[in-house]
Amino acid sequence: MKRRDFILIPAKALSGAVLYSLVGDLIPLAAAQESVKVPLRFFTAEEARVIQAACERIFPTDESGPGAAEAGVVIYIDRQLAGPYGKDKYRYTKGPWIQSIPEHGYQGKENPQDIYRAGIKLLGDKFAELSAEEQDQRLEGIEQSYFFQLLHGHTVEGMFCDPLHGGNIGMVGWKLIGFPGPAMSYRYQIDKYYGKTYTAAPKSLEQILRHPVKAVEDEAE
Amino acid sequence: MAKEVATRTGLNVVVLERGPARNISQYAAGMDEINNRRVGLIQNPADQTITHRHSIKDPSAPIRQYGAFRPGTGTGGTSEHWGGISDRYLPDFFVLATHLREKFGASRMSPDWTIQDWGITYDEFEKYYWRAEQLMGISGKAGNLRGTLVEGGNIFEGPRQQEYPTPPLTPTYTMGFFHKAATQLGYHPFPLPAANLSTAYTNPDKVSRPGCVFCGYCPGYGCMIGAKAQPTNTLMPVVTGRNNFELRNNCWVRKIVHRKGHAEGVVYMDENGEETMQPAGVVVLSAWTPNSIRLLLLSDIGEKYDPVAGKGTLGKNLTHQVTSGAGGMLVFKERLNLFMGSGAVGYGIADLDGDIKQEVPEKILRGGTFLRGAATGEGPAGSFGHVPKGAAPRSWGSAWKKAAIEHWDRIGPGVEMRGDHFAYRQNFMDLDPTYTDKWGDPLLRMTLDWTDYEMQQMKFGARVANQIIEVIAQVSGAQLVKGGFPVRGDGAFHHYNAGSYSTTHIQGGAIMGTSPEKSVVNTWLQHWDVPNLFVVGSSSFPQNSSANPTLSIVAVSHRAADGLIDHYLKKPGPLA
Repeated sequence: MKRRDFILIPAKALSGAVLYSLVGDLIPLAAAQESVKVPLRFFTAEEARVIQAACERIFPTDESGPGAAEAGVVIYIDRQLAGPYGKDKYRYTKGPWIQSIPEHGYQGKENPQDIYRAGIKLLGDKFAELSAEEQDQRLEGIEQSYFFQLLHGHTVEGMFCDPLHGGNIGMVGWKLIGFPGPAMSYRYQIDKYYGKTYTAAPKSLEQILRHPVKAVEDEAE
Repeated sequence: MAKEVATRTGLNVVVLERGPARNISQYAAGMDEINNRRVGLIQNPADQTITHRHSIKDPSAPIRQYGAFRPGTGTGGTSEHWGGISDRYLPDFFVLATHLREKFGASRMSPDWTIQDWGITYDEFEKYYWRAEQLMGISGKAGNLRGTLVEGGNIFEGPRQQEYPTPPLTPTYTMGFFHKAATQLGYHPFPLPAANLSTAYTNPDKVSRPGCVFCGYCPGYGCMIGAKAQPTNTLMPVVTGRNNFELRNNCWVRKIVHRKGHAEGVVYMDENGEETMQPAGVVVLSAWTPNSIRLLLLSDIGEKYDPVAGKGTLGKNLTHQVTSGAGGMLVFKERLNLFMGSGAVGYGIADLDGDIKQEVPEKILRGGTFLRGAATGEGPAGSFGHVPKGAAPRSWGSAWKKAAIEHWDRIGPGVEMRGDHFAYRQNFMDLDPTYTDKWGDPLLRMTLDWTDYEMQQMKFGARVANQIIEVIAQVSGAQLVKGGFPVRGDGAFHHYNAGSYSTTHIQGGAIMGTSPEKSVVNTWLQHWDVPNLFVVGSSSFPQNSSANPTLSIVAVSHRAADGLIDHYLKKPGPLA
């Protein structure tokens, strides 16, 4: 059986007893719990801690609200990387591999899994244990890299994706900015909230549809 | 085309579609930014992509992940995930080569332009536009009704015989500022004609669809209620269940089999990967422009275009709509609810479309249309993170996060120009000598770059768009941040960028015309060399328009259907 690693996610974003579904497991959460152990699909526990720390510097938990750690961004990234996207199933991967001009987009042979593994090496094993200032310095050093570009994009995705992808746990990201989630109709709101803020407690896609929705990263090969 | 043939004749119609079956019931579950971003409704580049180079001197590279365009796959293809803007082409656009020569003289025209007349005029074509508009129920307001100009509509459009089937969509908040600013500048804004219905509508085929609910999951998505006209909700209901119609999904056509100027059928890989020959009396090729051209090349039908000798027709006149926009960023104090939206809601300005009427600093003959002051629906995963320059020291960390939260849903829709793209001698399509698809067939290679002329078009677009956006800032009270967005036409954007999205409006390669020396198909879209082969789509447009193509594609398909049904089937042979 495959060794399974875990990452700890702070549970304060989650209120009450929530059943959090992950890789087919149901994890009961008690309000009293401070954090929850989430099984990883791609990262090792050590790698997940590095990525979680890096995402937390990109989108910190601070006075302006919850950040990457609470939203479970690392879970989102872990699943994306373990799925078809991480293995480049949506990219043309036939050779010859050439260096080309920027107008042709990313031409590298490395898939997102490879890029993350190499990026984690750049950040260093002990990255999670460094001070925030030291972490920022290291991130500044790789700001121009393709890895950082992916990490930054994935952090925003993990903050604001539908919770069915593992990020935006408890819709903390949507609550943070006041996004109501997907809605079946705004036909009347278009006029009623003309020039006015529309706020509604967010609902996830599965909540409005009342049935499960398949995440592409969960697709079997 | 398939709908017309299946319902108007007793012929058996088999549609071979490479992608999966799709239907309206799946689209609600598709209202998810991440699934859509990873897979969406587009062709998987892992199976097949396109290669690109700027000139014949450059090496080509495969577009490994889609950038500049998003080819669709599955039932309905690209017309499932389109936006819905449905404006007609200008009357002079159908006779562009003649028109420009007469108006400006040959000396003002680049020797590299290979623009051509369509071979039919707007007046002949008008009834097909009307059929397309009725089929889809286009929501809009006429600006030129049988020659009478109507205030509030697009008064610069060609004369229409009928008012639009349904009234314009409800304007959203930010559109009010666009309208006010445009009017103040002396322009004539009009509601963009939309295939996203403003109200319930039943078309001549008795297909009923509801009005748009502004859910905001529109361009890039399939409509979960069928308000946006798509093949799955407009055509499929008519043909599904008919004895003479069959749709086969997951069937990948690799070749058209032909002998002595006669198409005998197509060879395809079925869903199990088995090679199958489907015989046919008539073959209609309509696979999105680059795919259609690739199939003609792979099937060795027609004379390949040679840009050096200027000979041959297959692959020539490759064009991609020229777009540009304002660099200014509008920052509002109030929330804008940009997550509510519709693919074609917005205003257009056509005062500067067509020929340049007043002197402009740029060296261009024609302008473009300006859009649109509205959001099509902004989800947070895609729209979060934009902040004006100087709002945060870097694009990550606490300061950026705070600024990005404050600015989310407060950055106003920009102003965009869409312009014609003239055809050039040096822009064309052929087969790539190196890269292949998953079956080992050569990929299509695009040779395409902008010239100084398109740079001038983009500069013109950016300049006018910035003027408009400045007035929007005045009338709305929004703060204008200059240089907030990168602008096409600036130094960094000097070359065609295959890696960054503009539109999916790639056209040409199998253009229509009046002689086999200069075109691949006649005006009925019938192949000159193979009379029982019709090549249908924007592959037939000799140059690219400032207006979006889908309405014209649907119209030209109706005309091709008439050619096939009313003429060819009665007397098989060349129609021209």
